[in-house]
Amino acid sequence: MPLAFDIALTHLLTRKRQTAVSMLGVAMGVGFAIAMAGLMDGFQTYFVSKVIDVTPHIIMKDEFRTPPVQPAAIRYSHGAFSLRGVRPRDEIRGIRRAQSIITSLSRRENLSVAPTLEGQVFLRYGSKDVGASLIGIEPDRQRTVSNLERDLTAGSLDALKTSANGLIVGLDLARKLGVKMRDTVTAVSPAGVILKMKIVGIFRTGLINLDGSTAYALLKKVQVLQKRTNVINQINMRLKDADQARRVAASIERRFRYRTESWQEANEGVLGVFVIQHAIMYATTGAILVVACFGIFNVISTIIFEKTRDIAILKSMGFEERDIRTIFLIEGVAVGVLGSLLGWGLGYALLQLLASVKFDVEGIVKLQGFVLNSTWVHYAVGTAAAMGSAAFAAYLPARKAARLRPVDIIRGAA
Amino acid sequence: MSTPVIEARNVTRVLPGVIPVTLVRDVNMSVDQGEFVSIVGPSGSGKSSLLYLLGLLDVPTEGELYLQGIETSTLEDHEMARLRLEKLGFVFQFHFLLPEFDALTNIMVPMRRLGKMSYRAMRDRARQLLADFGLEEAADKRPGQLSGGMRQRVAVARALANDPLVILADEPTGNLDQKSGRNVFDIFERLVDDMGTTIIAVTHDEHLAALTQRQITIVDGVIHTDHKVNRGLPPTGNEDRPGHGI
Repeated sequence: MPLAFDIALTHLLTRKRQTAVSMLGVAMGVGFAIAMAGLMDGFQTYFVSKVIDVTPHIIMKDEFRTPPVQPAAIRYSHGAFSLRGVRPRDEIRGIRRAQSIITSLSRRENLSVAPTLEGQVFLRYGSKDVGASLIGIEPDRQRTVSNLERDLTAGSLDALKTSANGLIVGLDLARKLGVKMRDTVTAVSPAGVILKMKIVGIFRTGLINLDGSTAYALLKKVQVLQKRTNVINQINMRLKDADQARRVAASIERRFRYRTESWQEANEGVLGVFVIQHAIMYATTGAILVVACFGIFNVISTIIFEKTRDIAILKSMGFEERDIRTIFLIEGVAVGVLGSLLGWGLGYALLQLLASVKFDVEGIVKLQGFVLNSTWVHYAVGTAAAMGSAAFAAYLPARKAARLRPVDIIRGAA
Repeated sequence: MSTPVIEARNVTRVLPGVIPVTLVRDVNMSVDQGEFVSIVGPSGSGKSSLLYLLGLLDVPTEGELYLQGIETSTLEDHEMARLRLEKLGFVFQFHFLLPEFDALTNIMVPMRRLGKMSYRAMRDRARQLLADFGLEEAADKRPGQLSGGMRQRVAVARALANDPLVILADEPTGNLDQKSGRNVFDIFERLVDDMGTTIIAVTHDEHLAALTQRQITIVDGVIHTDHKVNRGLPPTGNEDRPGHGI
């Protein structure tokens, strides 16, 4: 074993308790970092996969990001003019020339398309009125853009076609209404149309806003209910590769001008929260590591304080500054390495513990426990951070120790 | 005339501060190979400071120092460290052994730093050095388990580890009883006679200084006298020279 290692390890071994305490500090930092990363990453991955799985990857809506340009602005594009009190024209809402857009989109590869008409309705059952978003779909096309069929807990998608006024509702919506399969509810639209509809399916996706306030019916029926014959106001799309959604959505919007949202844009709020979550996670584990660093700084400083005589004699024997620095850096890194290894164990144990906890929680998704996703990256990042901070915490006192002048100490001791 | 092992020319060392303190003033001296020199003087006279300068632990404010004719007063820290490792051995008043390591390992530290021998050869040499000083049974004992005299002998053995040109001893007997102190000086004498080692020892013990070949007296940082000693004079009434097996 190289001499520096020998001396460094001996220093640590003769201070087992102090060393153990500072190692525990590092272990806590690394362990909590691993557990928290697993927890947050698990939830985020779960949420994203849920979103990608359940909702369309891209939705084209019947609106524009910018209001239409006024004719005057087109006519006098370089002139100075002012228009006051202009209101954009109330157009009949809906995607125009939808059929040709769909045909054109269908030609794209790796992209499935389904037209829908979404509108608000009141569902009435007994004495209950519940507002819901009713989506008119063509079952055969809808199948290609969402996993609605898989998420059905009762009934089938095809039942929409076979029954007269079939309706598929979310599980939570059904609970709110108090309806079961084959019950008949009354749907009232803002256009004033009233339609008796029969529950032919119940779905459960796990996404609260879908399960609690969404219902599906045949496109034709919804068009009748909303008095918007042949109108569709959303085109749902699904990609083979969900990660391409942003790019594809932008290209579609450029072409057809209708507002086209990728799933990332639609869930921007939640994804933004994830960024904050990450920041909080790194801040917390960073704080733990900072505390651990103080532990390392403390133990190395103490060792150096106790060992000034040894440092003086080593230097008088011909040890250079570098040699002395190396000794104490090794001590810090050793605490970091052993602490990290301990932290792996701690992190793993914490994850096992979290995994065994079962509970029901309803946030933006419905869960029966923690979703955990732990990869070697979490372990590596935690360890790298710990090692870096350990080395830094050791470097400061080590540098001071290396600069000690043996004469000063020998004079003081003699 | 051969080159002196150590030479100081007009060496002055001033401790900077609000009131600068002159430790050593305008010292000129040279020590030849195989000389056994003692530096004596009242406490605070600057004799230890002179030794640190000669031993490359300190740098003179003015003047030049030479080790085997090579100027050392302009060297970088790490170059001085290298010279200390290869050419010099120190013995201090307090033994300054590493308390966590046994005697054998302590003696091996300078050899391992130099790294010119195999581990086995270093261990053999360390054992040989211990045996030379009658310390065989101390090999696996830590400094705390040894007597003061034994510790100091281990420290001398360590100073010899890399077969140095010069041994510099700073009050090597200051912490020992008379018998053990005498014993250490006997070892020095033997080294000079048998191995031709050069030894410079600072002491305030006139009796021990009388055992050396040459005595330099420092007063207020200046060399007061520098003369040969008539060796062989029994310095004290303590005639029975102890053996080396204590």
